[in-house]
Amino acid sequence: MYRYDHFDQAIVDARVDEFRDQTARRLAGAMTEDQFKPLRLKNGLYLQLHAYMLRVAIPYGTLNSRQMRMLGHIARKYDRGYGHFTTRQNIQYNWIKLQDAPDILADLATVEMHAIQTSGESIRNLSSDQYAGAAADEICDPRPWAELVRQATTFHPEFSYLPRKFKIAVTASPEDRVAIRLHDIGLRLVQNDAGELGFEVYIGGGMGRTPFVAPLIRPFLPADNLFSYIEAALRVWNRWARRDNIHKQRIKILVHDMGEEEFRRQVEEEWEAILPNASDVERKELERIAAHFAPPPFETGLSDEIDRSDPDFALWVDQNVAAHKAPGYAIVNISLKPVPGIPGDATADQIDLIADLAEQYSFDDLRTTHAQNLVLPHVRKADLYAVWQKLSAAGLAEPNLDLATDIIACPGLDYCSLANARSIPIAQKIQARFIERGNVNELGELKIKISGCINACGHHHAGHIGILGVDRKGTENYQLLLGGSGAEDASLAKITGPGFDEDGIVDAVEKTTDVYLRERREGERFLDTYRRIGVEPFKEVLYG
Amino acid sequence: MKILTGNDLATGDVIWWTGSGWSRHVEESADVGDKGEEIAQVESAARRVNGPYVIDASKDAAGIRPAHIKDRIRALGPTVRLDLSLKPADPTVGNWVI
Amino acid sequence: MAEDIIRFRDDPPHEEPVVSVDAFLDQTNATAVRIEAGEDARLLVPYLDRLALIEIDFPRFRDGRGYSSARILREAGYKGEIRASGDVLVDQMLFMRRCGFDSFAPDAPIDRAVLDAALNRYDYVYQGAADDAVPVWKLRHG
Repeated sequence: MYRYDHFDQAIVDARVDEFRDQTARRLAGAMTEDQFKPLRLKNGLYLQLHAYMLRVAIPYGTLNSRQMRMLGHIARKYDRGYGHFTTRQNIQYNWIKLQDAPDILADLATVEMHAIQTSGESIRNLSSDQYAGAAADEICDPRPWAELVRQATTFHPEFSYLPRKFKIAVTASPEDRVAIRLHDIGLRLVQNDAGELGFEVYIGGGMGRTPFVAPLIRPFLPADNLFSYIEAALRVWNRWARRDNIHKQRIKILVHDMGEEEFRRQVEEEWEAILPNASDVERKELERIAAHFAPPPFETGLSDEIDRSDPDFALWVDQNVAAHKAPGYAIVNISLKPVPGIPGDATADQIDLIADLAEQYSFDDLRTTHAQNLVLPHVRKADLYAVWQKLSAAGLAEPNLDLATDIIACPGLDYCSLANARSIPIAQKIQARFIERGNVNELGELKIKISGCINACGHHHAGHIGILGVDRKGTENYQLLLGGSGAEDASLAKITGPGFDEDGIVDAVEKTTDVYLRERREGERFLDTYRRIGVEPFKEVLYG
Repeated sequence: MKILTGNDLATGDVIWWTGSGWSRHVEESADVGDKGEEIAQVESAARRVNGPYVIDASKDAAGIRPAHIKDRIRALGPTVRLDLSLKPADPTVGNWVI
Repeated sequence: MAEDIIRFRDDPPHEEPVVSVDAFLDQTNATAVRIEAGEDARLLVPYLDRLALIEIDFPRFRDGRGYSSARILREAGYKGEIRASGDVLVDQMLFMRRCGFDSFAPDAPIDRAVLDAALNRYDYVYQGAADDAVPVWKLRHG
């Protein structure tokens, strides 16, 4: 993975110093909250329901054991013993004090970490494929470009006061594990007929209040021009986005209002104007970065055998372990969705254990996913049993990847000042209902996503079953949506009808899955059956 | 009644206006009548509170109860981690919030 | 007032008052113009050799359109003064300098000690802009 050189370290250290100064000035009264708020957001610090919340960047979902141990240290020293892994591959701490924030950032800087631009109207953490470097279907590792763009968009002087936040995702596989078309800019690495590397560029996707699947703005962008093209798109948006209404300021609204063709024309025109700046990073630099992502020294001649005599282990292998491109290796998914539990949360002790496992069994390489789970990307098949035993003992081996109990939920009204309704208790009740019915495995792949408000941090628009919490005359109410997908077959979930109370939504989800079980054909997932039969059979059962 | 709440600037703690200062305990809230905005401005400028706002609340045998569930969650803690609430030993806390 | 303007140029301050973009495009003898946040800076590109001062307004410090306007003017070869006016705060001024602003007319006074620290804090930058700072990726490869 990427390691800082002295330039990177100097920049991050200067940032720590800058925020320490800004915090001191705020506490001393030299700045109002209005002036300070964007500055603290640029360092990932929100003011939430119970305390400040700090969102630490995990660049494109990659970290090592040393960094993971620091995350555990922060949970213990500055928070209340746990952290929350998010739907954008970052980690959040819920009980932070402003007066401690500069010290936390200083601690993070000692292990090449930061909270730069993880909130506010900034270019946020890039997301990428949690299986990068391990999946057989990628044309190459996308992360060198993610790192290149991360650097180029850090403290960008022209684009630090944007109309709204900006999220970029990059993959190098035809199977989309990153939901690229639901981002402001989605990038897929491809090769043209001449064998040259380039990007499919999607612009204008997103969830939130007005979800959109991004159109393909450019089918092939030469890889060397990635940064200048992104600058062109950012500049068109920065100049012409609406600034009158906070709900209309994302780039997806501009693309939609201008129309795909006109937007493309303006970006191409701006790109022509920008190219003479020679802002594109030279290939030598990409090669320098890419050297950090060279494959680890995989052993050869390893056995592909897995001893399945322990039935619990076999269950976990079948569900949570994915195929690795190197013979004798496997990809381990660590579930942060225990039943019962809180989706995405991990205690400091669990964090330390996972750090140890990464170091010992996965070439010191660990990943986070936008489904709020973790990944050990390079585990020898011979080591799977030992890894599973340790995960099991720590409550981290729920064999439910992509199943009905692998529910994504935002922190919701239990933690978040933006929320209208609680989401975690709903996730817990739904899990309990499926366990009671005993049909989790029978239901198969079923992605349930819950958001506690219209900002959609739970990504409910991309759920096979999505749930949106709203405030209905002072009480919590939940809308049911069906048929969303963040994969390469991207689609937005559709609302079924009037909302339900907190018990009603659990019944509604159960009834919905019963319709699927009744109607499904051989080989169909929930999503496939829904797409075949449409929403009417579900509405009949839900609303009679 | 109307009560005034916000967060402590340096620590982020949820705090409630008592009439003479700020407390972490909602039961010590004072009725601010129609003076809430005025007090909020003075206290905010003096940095004794961050982001204050006025809310409706009622007073019953159990004490002062914010009208909206959001502020009850702020008063006590996340409903899914009652062990982290202001009253971890009190088994009725969950019911009070909801 | 002149003493409230912070300037990073050696030449004497321009005396002529600024006119609006519309007024400028009508007149032939104005030498100073003011761009509002939503206006298109490229409208001035054919006339840059006539301009000694371009003022770009920031109605709210969070409105970042002015950064693009300044950079566009510098990319077009403009060497005159670009001034940021309005809700300009010390914590944004480093970015503004990098985008090509060389003078500032903030609504509220700026603490010079804080400004000095802010402008000198970062030894390195990650990307090229309108200033002459060399981005780190270039320094890495000599």
